[in-house]
Order: sequence, then structure tokens, then C-alpha cells
Amino acid sequence: MTTAVLQSAPTGYSESVWTALFRNPSALIGATMLALVLTLALLAGTLYPGDPLDMVAMPMLWPGDDPGYFLGSDSLGRDVAAGIAHGARGSLLIAASATLISVLIGGLVGALAGYHGGKLGDVLMRICEVFQTVPSFLLVIVIVAIGNPTLGIIALAIGISSWPTVARLVRAEFRTLREADFVTAARSLGFSNSAIILREILPNALAPLVVTTSILIAQAILVEAGLAFLGMSDPNQASWGAMLGSGREQIASGWYLTALPGLAIIFVVLALNLLGDGLNDALNPRLRRYIP
Amino acid sequence: MSLLDVRGLRVSYDNADAVKDLSFTLQAGETLALVGESGCGKSTTALALMGLLPDNAQLGGQVLFEGQDLLSIAPRQMRQLQGNALGMIFQDPLSSLNPVLTLGEQVAENLLAHTDLTRRQAWKRAEELFALVQLPRPAAHLREYPQHLSGGQRQRVVIAMAIACQPRLLIADEPTTALDVSVQAQILELLARLRGELGMGLLLITHDLGVVGQHADRVIVMHDGHALESQPTRALIDRPQHPYSRGLLQASLGAEHDQHYLNNRLAEINIERQPGQATRYSVNSSHYGPGRKPRAPAGNPALLKVSDLTTGYGDSTVLNRISLEVGERESVGLVGESGCGKSTLSRTLLRLLPARSGTVEFDGRDIASLAGEELLGWRRQVQMIFQDPYAALNPRHSVETILDRVQRLHGQNDPGQRQQARLAMLDAVGLARSSLARLPHQFSGGQRQRIGIARALILKPRLVICDEPVSALDVSTQAQILNLLVELREELGLSYLFISHDLSVVRYFADRILVMEQGQIVEQATPHTLWHSPRHPYTRRLLAAIPGAAAPSPPPLPVSGLRFAVGW
Repeated sequence: MTTAVLQSAPTGYSESVWTALFRNPSALIGATMLALVLTLALLAGTLYPGDPLDMVAMPMLWPGDDPGYFLGSDSLGRDVAAGIAHGARGSLLIAASATLISVLIGGLVGALAGYHGGKLGDVLMRICEVFQTVPSFLLVIVIVAIGNPTLGIIALAIGISSWPTVARLVRAEFRTLREADFVTAARSLGFSNSAIILREILPNALAPLVVTTSILIAQAILVEAGLAFLGMSDPNQASWGAMLGSGREQIASGWYLTALPGLAIIFVVLALNLLGDGLNDALNPRLRRYIP
Repeated sequence: MSLLDVRGLRVSYDNADAVKDLSFTLQAGETLALVGESGCGKSTTALALMGLLPDNAQLGGQVLFEGQDLLSIAPRQMRQLQGNALGMIFQDPLSSLNPVLTLGEQVAENLLAHTDLTRRQAWKRAEELFALVQLPRPAAHLREYPQHLSGGQRQRVVIAMAIACQPRLLIADEPTTALDVSVQAQILELLARLRGELGMGLLLITHDLGVVGQHADRVIVMHDGHALESQPTRALIDRPQHPYSRGLLQASLGAEHDQHYLNNRLAEINIERQPGQATRYSVNSSHYGPGRKPRAPAGNPALLKVSDLTTGYGDSTVLNRISLEVGERESVGLVGESGCGKSTLSRTLLRLLPARSGTVEFDGRDIASLAGEELLGWRRQVQMIFQDPYAALNPRHSVETILDRVQRLHGQNDPGQRQQARLAMLDAVGLARSSLARLPHQFSGGQRQRIGIARALILKPRLVICDEPVSALDVSTQAQILNLLVELREELGLSYLFISHDLSVVRYFADRILVMEQGQIVEQATPHTLWHSPRHPYTRRLLAAIPGAAAPSPPPLPVSGLRFAVGW
């Protein structure tokens, strides 16, 4: 084949997803913020040994009043700083496991419905609609009320109430990508359905999925906070929502009791949103920097 | 004074020049063609004239329209000219009409913005315009939505909108590229007539030299933002001065070509870019070297045999009792317009769609009976090359992954051998070995098509189905890919089923041509016979529609159109 002219190909390479992620300012800020919260959650036991629900101080200490309790104490004399640290643990754990459940169910249902379509797809989507017609917070309350308010049940409840969002998104992506030429090419080469779903279609559907996941985690934290606020969360577990709920009664005399856990929730949700935004860009191969 | 006088136009984005020092004039009633391949700056020029460039574009030079510099007038004045004195037609009639407004509303909107007609008068005028562009039912179309019309009819509506206010300059950016050949000829005919009647200057932007030969008075050939050559059309076609124009003319397969792969290669344009120096152009020889001439595949036994194949989707039948054969080492061309069932056929042949009745035999075996290992073994032997090199490659996989996944699926277990085979394949399709680590979007269209070819050939197939493999490519790239396919056939002993809407490409590439209309094969002949004595009326229609073919005399004008033309 001496006559074939060698095409001048680009001689550089694309940076990796990680490099792209760490070049992205919003992803970097989001990741740092999240890392801070994770560290706090991990070190909660060391920093504040003992039960954060114990009454240890004078009630209603303002932040700064007592150097031993620098974020103050609530009306029962519980250390607010210990509550925030241990609450991070509970909130993040519930949010992460709830999102995992939601992505697993939603991803599977969406992929099957989108790739195969037809009757199977119709049935799956009708089931999805049944879940969507029930207000999701109500669904969570019902499930938690039926079972015991333990971490596991709460995570399951939030996961079950939020998977239809994921399923719809994944289905829409799969339906478009199923018709793409490179999928037809893969089928004509003899790849199995699972190979096509996992290696050809999924990587292309990943960007919107990852972004949705980060928003889902944020939502799960808010839902858990809502449950705790209503007093339906695990009473033996410190949580930001429970702190909000009990601090609400003193909002006139001690607004810091609602403001501090509220700020913590805002902090994590913002971190996840920033990280999701950055991931969206980093996962797009076209936006990745090219190193000549 | 010229209607349009462009002096030293420069357009750049972030210091990268898109158009460099372009100067030309256009008189009223004249057609000037800007010709070039994608990325040459022709569309940027059109957008610059219309004041439609994005804000980050930096402009220089002068664009004098009737003596007024369009680049320096106020945005408000520019808006009064847009859609009024300056009309523009875009490439894609599907996306240039608003799907939620009726056609009447869209045309009337433009008239109401630029004239002092009442709403009733505007609708009346819109009806006249529809008659002028020869839409079949002018009054009824006013109340229809864009999706009710065919592609060609929609482009007529777009033209009607562009000429609604009797523009003095009409810019048509690839007006027929998205349309079928037979429709394309009618639209060009219409534009030429309207230009004469309304005395407009027409700036025709196209990549297709066939279109230029027939419809332009003068041509400017552009490449890399430069005007390389500017000549009256006849002179350019007969005596191109610049090597690039010469290469384009030789590489493009118009109606009059008599080239066939058995006799000669297609000319390829070589472009050498060196920083700090002028770009150098040269044209490759179109002769085969000694001993490299392809051999005719005459008299080989059939590899693929399709008998009475019928298939479709749901209740509709797309293919109706199709029979065809492809011999060992033969290139069979299949020609038809969009919607005739070409793609359904290729999907059925790849067993991605079941046949309703009839059989597809490969090497003597019915492919419907294959399963498991046998099916996989058969898939190795039949491969496909796709039309759109952008869509056919997974954007998340590097070239290495794309090829390696195929190799592993088909039981090539030794990583060293796989790497050897990959490198050999890249050499064969003319890609640098360093391409392996790159992602598809880092390649040009032609290079991507080479990756697609490499993926199809890495399994050493015997039959390759090419579904419009060059129709998304530029003329010079098309020549390279066609030459490559011919070489690979000789090298690897391939058979091709070459599906295309473009008769002139098929004429060059095929040993035998099948013509398909509405799911049936209506004619079958060698390229020479088909060209010189077509039997079926549909074939004759296709042949007459190729740009550059001896055009039939235009149909007489409807009276309402004439009345409009001298109207207000």
C-alpha cells in the first residue's frame, strides 16, 4: 500500500478526566468543600467522643460564650459543634446510600426501557409513572412510618421515592443513543446487548447521569433534614435536620441554633452542585484540553 | 457602482483568521459563486455580509452594498436591510422554518416588518409568492405547518421568504445540499429564474462545482480563507489556473465525467502548510503506477445472493421482492433517492432487521439459519462502512479501544498480535500510527472515515457494505477515500455493495449498478450502458438531474408569478 498517503494525525494526547477535573475551578472548590465535610464526618468520633445527644453544658450558650463549646449549646445543653460533626456523618451516610439505591434502580429500569423499548419499556415506564404520581416526600413519610425510622429504612425510602427521575433521564439518553450509528456498528460486529449497553451507550450517557446524581445527593440531604425536622428520623441519631427542628422553637432568642445546621446543609449542597457542574465539563471529551 | 463591493474583508476569531483579505464585486442581475470545501471561509463570508456573525468575531475591511459600508452602519440600520434589501437562504430547510407557526404567518411576518402592507395584504402577497416559487397549492399551503411539506417544498418556502421584500442581493448558502438530486435541479432552476425576473444579485455559496458550472456567471475558489482564483465560470472549468481549482475539478465527479476505477485513479490534492510560508498546492497523478492497475472481477461466483427479499417496519413494506447478487471481488453500486429503502436493505443484509420473506444467502448459506458461534463467524465476513463519520464512532473510545474491542470479541487473544494487526491496519488506511491513542473528535472528517474503514476491515471481511461512505465528505476527501477503497479491494480481495444517492460516484466506483425506486430494483446495468442507454424512466430522471447534465427546458411560468414580478 505504498500509494496511500499518510494522513497527518494529531501528535498530542487528551488530558485525562482527572486532570480536566482538577483544572476546573468550580469542581476544585466543590471537591475541597466536600472533602472538608467528609473529614469532619470521619473525625466526629475523635473530635467529640461520647454521644452528641448528651446534655453536657449550660443550656442556651451563645457561640463564643464558653471556649469549651465554641458553637454554643441548645436549650437542653447539648453541644452544637458535636451535633454538627456527628450530624454530617448521619446526613452524608443516608444521602449517599439513598442515592446509590436510586441510581441502581433507576439506571437499570431506564436502560432496559430505553434500549429495548416495546412492551417491556411501556410496562416499566407505567410503573415509573405510578411512583411519580405520589408526592415523593409523602411517599418517604409513609414508608418510614410503616417501618422503623432507622438509617437503612430512611435511605431505602428516599431511594425508592427518587429513582423515577433517574429512570426517565437514562431512558431518554438510551433511546437517542440506541439509534446512533456507532451502536448499529457494534451490533453488526456481533457485540452482545449487555456489552453494548455497558461499554458503548453508558459512557455516553454518563455526563447527565453524574450531574443528576450530585443533585440527588443534595436532595436526599434535604429530604432527610425534612424528616428529622418533622421528628420522623432516627431519634438516637444526631442529624442536621433534627437540630433545625429543635432549634426552631428558640428562633427568636437563639437564631444560631437554626442558622448553624442550615449553613451546614447549604455548604454540602453547594459543594455537590459545584462538583456536579465540574464533572459535567470534565466528562465531555470535547471540552478536555488537548496537549500537543 | 457595483451592487456589492467587498474590499479586503477579514474575519478572525481569537486571532485565528477565518477569512483573509477577500475582495470581489457583484453586479445586479449577476450570479457569483463562492466555491470551496468545508472550513474554507465561504459561509463565514456570507454571515459577515448579512451581519450575522457572533460577537467574538473581529471584522476588517469594507463591505460596500450600494455604496454603503455594511460593516460600519448602526445595528438598527442593518436590521432594516436584513430580510429586506438583503435576503438569505440557509442550507437546511428543516431547521430554517419555525415548526410551530403556519407558513403563511412566517412569510407575512417578514412582510409586515419591512413594508407597510396590512395583514390581509401581506397574506395575499404571501400567496402570490408561493405561486411564484411554484408551490403546488399556494392558498392551501398558507395554513399548513412546515412538517406537512417535503424537503424541496420547504426550501421553496424559504426562498419565498427570502425574496418576499424583493431583495437586491440574495445570498444562498448551500441551498441544495440537503436535498435529493432531482429536487436540487428544480431549486437551482427556480433561483436562476427569480434572479433574472427580480434583477437580484445572487451570491451562491457551494462546495459543488457541478452546481457552479450550470448556474454561475463568475466563480471565486476559496481555501483556508483566501480567494485562490477568480474567473468567469466557463474559463475556470476549461482552463483552471490554480492547482487547487484544477484538483477540485478533476476530483469532482460531475455529469460529464467518464472516469472508472479500472482505468484511472481520482486526482488527489496535496496541501503543504508550513508556518511562515505560503501554502503549497499540488495535484497527484491520476494514473495507476505500473502493475497497480485493478483487475476486473468478471465472471466470479456470487458471494451474496438475495432472492425475493421483502421486509419493512410495522405495517409498512419498505423492500418489495428485491433480488440481487454480489460476486467475489465485485463492486456493486446501488443507487436511489432518500426513502427508497437503501438503508433498510443494508440493515437487513447485516441481519439487524429480520426479512419478512425471501432469503439472503452468503457463500451458499442462508443467514437466517445462523446462530451462536456461526453467526459471529459470519459477522466477521460481512462488515459495514457508515455515511456519517461523526456518528459512526463512539466519541468516548480512543481509536485503540475501538479496534481492540472488535478484535477481542472475535477471539484474537494475543495482545501483541492484536497490536501488530492494528498498526498494519492504520498503515493500510493511511493513518499515522500515533493515531491509536486519540479520540475521534480530534480527527478531520476524512480521517474519521478512515477509522471507520479500519474498524470494518480489521476482521478481514469478504463483503463490505458501504452506506453512502463519501456523501458527508468534501470533494477532495471523497477522491482520497474512493481511491483507498479501490486499493483495499485489490489488496484484501474485498467485495463491495456500494450504496449511494450520487450516480456520478457510483459510475466511477461500481462494476455493476442497480437502480432502486420505492423498495424495488427497477434497472440493472454496467455503468457505461446505464449512462448511455438508460431504459427505465426513473433512471433517466436521475441522470438528467445531476448538476451539470444537459438541462431540460424550464416549464412555463404561471401567470400569477409574472404579475407579481412587475408588481409593487
